[in-house]
Amino acid sequence: MPLKKYITSSCFIHNGIVIKDGIKIFENPDVDISAFLLSIYQYFKFNYPKFYKMDNLSKLGWLTTETLLTNTNLTGNYQPEDTGIILANASSSLDNDIKYFNTIKDVPSPSLFVYTLPNIVIGEICIRNNFKGEHALFIQDFFDVGFIVKQVSYLLNKNILQACICGWVEVLGQDYKAVLYLVEKKKGKKPLLFSKKNAERIFNDFDSVRLLI
Amino acid sequence: MSEISEVHEPEVFVVADNILSPIGSTTAENFSNLKQRNSALKQHLIPEIAEQPFFASLFEGNEYFLENNVQNYTKFEQLLITSICDALKDSGINSDDKNTVLIISTTKGNISLLETEKNTDALKKRVALTTSAKLVADHFGFITQPVIVSNACISGVLGIITGMRLLRSGQYKNAVIAGAEVISNFILSGFESFQALSPETCLPFDKLHKGLNLGEGAGTIVLSTNKKYKQNIKVKGGSVSNDANHISGPSRTGKELAYAIKTAMKDSDVVNGEIDFISAHGTATVYNDEMEANAIILAGLKKTPLNSLKGYYGHTLGAAGLIECIVSLQSLKEGLVLPTLGFKEMCAVNAINVCSSLLPVNSNNFIKTASGFGGCNTAVVFGK
Repeated sequence: MPLKKYITSSCFIHNGIVIKDGIKIFENPDVDISAFLLSIYQYFKFNYPKFYKMDNLSKLGWLTTETLLTNTNLTGNYQPEDTGIILANASSSLDNDIKYFNTIKDVPSPSLFVYTLPNIVIGEICIRNNFKGEHALFIQDFFDVGFIVKQVSYLLNKNILQACICGWVEVLGQDYKAVLYLVEKKKGKKPLLFSKKNAERIFNDFDSVRLLI
Repeated sequence: MSEISEVHEPEVFVVADNILSPIGSTTAENFSNLKQRNSALKQHLIPEIAEQPFFASLFEGNEYFLENNVQNYTKFEQLLITSICDALKDSGINSDDKNTVLIISTTKGNISLLETEKNTDALKKRVALTTSAKLVADHFGFITQPVIVSNACISGVLGIITGMRLLRSGQYKNAVIAGAEVISNFILSGFESFQALSPETCLPFDKLHKGLNLGEGAGTIVLSTNKKYKQNIKVKGGSVSNDANHISGPSRTGKELAYAIKTAMKDSDVVNGEIDFISAHGTATVYNDEMEANAIILAGLKKTPLNSLKGYYGHTLGAAGLIECIVSLQSLKEGLVLPTLGFKEMCAVNAINVCSSLLPVNSNNFIKTASGFGGCNTAVVFGK
């Protein structure tokens, strides 16, 4: 019998709103993506100067993770190698690739080139939190919840990981959506079973508008 | 709570493979050239890619193109299709089986289209890796959803580990894992901006190493849990770790790659003395080679024979892990560890056992390592 795993925290950022564990905690519609991401950073008084040099995909993933992990104690509860990150998106790093490409004719920018890989967002989250465990970045047309649930469940079942941040982080131009789940083997305060159905509900329930991808 | 880890998992066998590179369109052709120390690296002057001459391993002419490209497949897709086609031929694995999954590994896929096409929404869709994956899957009639791994320079090895786990967990019975990379102005200019390119052919682990060369190529490996392949070499285990240190520079200590190596060996149920050789990442950048040497020492493999194949193929990025695993599978079969082209004298203070000439070994297992931007590390063990 596979062991039970729980979503102990979730965070959703899409179309100008931030939702943590099903509760809207911030809203700033009608601004462009850069202004929106900066407004989240400022509103929650995050203090992490590296944020400013990140591309939008890393900023979005980083902000979603910061919010996801508020009131959690992963670094206290687990060894660095015990926490992993499994993410998916549709556009890879194309948003930043185009920005880097536009510098080639002039002077190619190494600070933009480094973000021309979709897994850099995972690196940024690992650096921030000292997570050293398994990680992977998959490219999917749409969030394949079933695939991600199976991947993460395997890593937890096999004791390769004890905790995993997983979900979707997508940016292309002004379109963006991030939904992250913290999955652990212990129940937490409001136990929600880590299942395809529950993950899907969190991903879609908050969809106030048509998916942009 | 621990019952799941007691559940018996099936063994994962290597059924077939292919390397498509400028020095060969089959694994056998490639290995025969490698044994003769024939490198695919040479100096090129291609104004579309770089203003100055550069060293790289590139396809020239149209030898890899499909004869009838009515579907208008890009160069990236043609490399994948040509490589998969050769690997599947006579493998006995059917692509249209519901138990067969296609996994594609790459870093930049069709990114070169940005250089030649107008930036429109249609182009963004054409560049998307999901578009390429669907075209390739449809070409072979795969009926399952393709899996795309894009995780910097560990993409190829991570594709193999992903396939191994999908098979071990019983989600599929066969996995076709293919990786490819095409070098264009986009990629070359980026590595140049990082001052990571070697002005000559690269010198992995050598004290005069000055950087890497880029390379084009594709590799495909077909895995199965079907017991009829039980005489074949197995993928025994793998692991992934993150440095949590820097997005473009490796760990200062190599501890995290060492962790991946040790965890991969544990997953494989092999101990240090049972690893007969190491296929290292060995990009020939100062940072990589020193970190990797540290990691190998920390993992207790200081004396194990090791090579880097970057002196033959350059760094083929998302395809590198696949190509280098397949070469090493051939080494395992023939009992011959290839020399590290470009290596003469150890770069790091703490020496590891870098092979500089063809080494006959009685080998049962090898470990392949890779590291990349974003602080990622991985190791996978293959064995008899």
